[in-house]
Amino acid sequence: MLNFRLNYSKYNLTLLLGSTLLLGACGDNRNGEGGSDMSGSIQIDGSSTVYPITEAVAEEYRLEAPDVRVTVGVSGTGGGMQKFTRGDIDIADASRAMSPAEDNMARENGISYVQLPVAYDGLTVVVNPENDWVKDITLAELKKIWEPAAQGKIKKWNQIRPEWPDKEIHLYGPGVESGTYDYFTEAVVGKSHSSRGDYTASEDDNVLVQGVSTDPLALGFFGFAYYEENMNKLKPVPVDDQNDSNGKGAILPSQETVKDGSYAPLSRPLFIYVNSKAAQRPEVVDFVNFYLENAPALSEEVGYIPLPAEKYKEQQQKFDAFVKSDEPDSTTAKQE
Amino acid sequence: MTNSESNRLKDKAFQVFGIFCTFIGLVVLAIFLFNILKEGLTRIDWDFIMNLPSRRARRTGILTAWAGTLWILVLTAIIAFPLGVGAGIYLEEYARKTRLANFLEINIANLAGVPSIIYGLLGLEIFVRQMHMGGSLLAGACTLSLLILPIIIVTTREAIKAVPRSIRDGSFALGASKWQTIWNQVLPASFGGILTGIILSLSRAVGEAAPLIVIGALAYVPFTPASPLDEFTVLPIQIFNWTSRPQAGFQTNAAAAIIVLLLITFLLNGLAVYLRNRQQKKIKW
Repeated sequence: MLNFRLNYSKYNLTLLLGSTLLLGACGDNRNGEGGSDMSGSIQIDGSSTVYPITEAVAEEYRLEAPDVRVTVGVSGTGGGMQKFTRGDIDIADASRAMSPAEDNMARENGISYVQLPVAYDGLTVVVNPENDWVKDITLAELKKIWEPAAQGKIKKWNQIRPEWPDKEIHLYGPGVESGTYDYFTEAVVGKSHSSRGDYTASEDDNVLVQGVSTDPLALGFFGFAYYEENMNKLKPVPVDDQNDSNGKGAILPSQETVKDGSYAPLSRPLFIYVNSKAAQRPEVVDFVNFYLENAPALSEEVGYIPLPAEKYKEQQQKFDAFVKSDEPDSTTAKQE
Repeated sequence: MTNSESNRLKDKAFQVFGIFCTFIGLVVLAIFLFNILKEGLTRIDWDFIMNLPSRRARRTGILTAWAGTLWILVLTAIIAFPLGVGAGIYLEEYARKTRLANFLEINIANLAGVPSIIYGLLGLEIFVRQMHMGGSLLAGACTLSLLILPIIIVTTREAIKAVPRSIRDGSFALGASKWQTIWNQVLPASFGGILTGIILSLSRAVGEAAPLIVIGALAYVPFTPASPLDEFTVLPIQIFNWTSRPQAGFQTNAAAAIIVLLLITFLLNGLAVYLRNRQQKKIKW
């Protein structure tokens, strides 16, 4: 384990150097000829959580291949999946895995696809900085707070752990339409899209930050980037999943714990999905390759956590195989 | 206290209440403007207006967003103007007070109250999918036209209603047909009111994000639209996207973009007021 981490930080350093070089090179490209003679257009839509990464990649890719028109929408994971499974778009951004219903849709419309994780996000449980009683929390306790049965019943801190004060607990969380909510409920309650309804919900995570940072009795959760940008206003709570195989005791979310998997189960992968027909177009293949190459540096820059290096290599191989297997003479021919 | 004294007191009290009500709106607007200007004004410069979108809060710009907004504005005006004014003229001048006319009238009033996202869903099904426009400027403009149609119809009718009966009677007495009367007398006299209605409804359309996101307007578009069938983004979508980002720099960008959007709507509203005043001076009956 230790060995692995050591390797890791070395990798990070090369990565940083690499990305600096890359950015410098891109700056040069702008004035000279573009790095590629690709043309065409690529349509991407989906999760607003994944959007910043895709935006960053598209921005850098434009310097590489100025004639490829890449557009990115933010109609949400659900909205993006709907378009993707109808074949309206080439790539879908998703902050959760495709649901079985969506997969069926895709099948019905004769669409095959590949799922590529591009980064991690650590869902962070936070309380107000004035809260001096919560030192850590277990997954079971989180479940007790958030499960549907808690509605109207779990209202005080001491109902969760007897030594906590006899004070009200105020809950803040993302709205039920968000992928963040889906993932958290799946990981904590055990069933996606199922929780108590009596909490302060907002689709805008900045509103949740505002709420928790001004309410001493608050407990909330949202993406790691929102905590990272507001560290002085929030106190993160280490989460204990009571499973010692992936790190003992309560663990705080951080670049390291999310990356090495010890912040399970609240670290979630972010995905892009690529349509097989789109993957026959050279500009799409080029863009996805560029995405996987640059995702480590760019995802970190916009506030997410890169996958371990070998995972990116795996995705690259997976994508290469997908492109090959889907050449017109093999799989697609069968579909049609 | 005599009766008249207490009445005078009530009068005074109501006056104070009235002033209070008036100032609430103004104070809210002033606080809002102050906050936005304080946060965003320094961010506005030539680069911000002319840059393409970027992940770096300090390098990003709103070129494609305001270009998209202008396109949408013009296309929506072109589509909604004839439809709304035509419907308004029909309902006011031609339609008899039948059950059908009543039914139409009630439903147009209802349409004005439909939430904008519902229009987005309608536009997605009809324009984007059935008519194969895709997430284009044209589909967006058609959707927003539907959204503001009821307002245009209602204001057109009000403007036409304000033309005195005697003008029409005089025109008919001189042997003019109904169409000649409408074209030569009623429309010129009511045109200021009609334009005001259209411009005000357009300034509402310019602020819409939800229906456009539904029909497939994008957030990252690195080129300005060149034809009505191009994909696009608009200012409200950029603002919406930026306010939900974790980095503080994007909040500043959002404030700056709000200032630009406000400027556009204030210009439109100013134009409406100007046209109304000019019209009022021109008419002498």
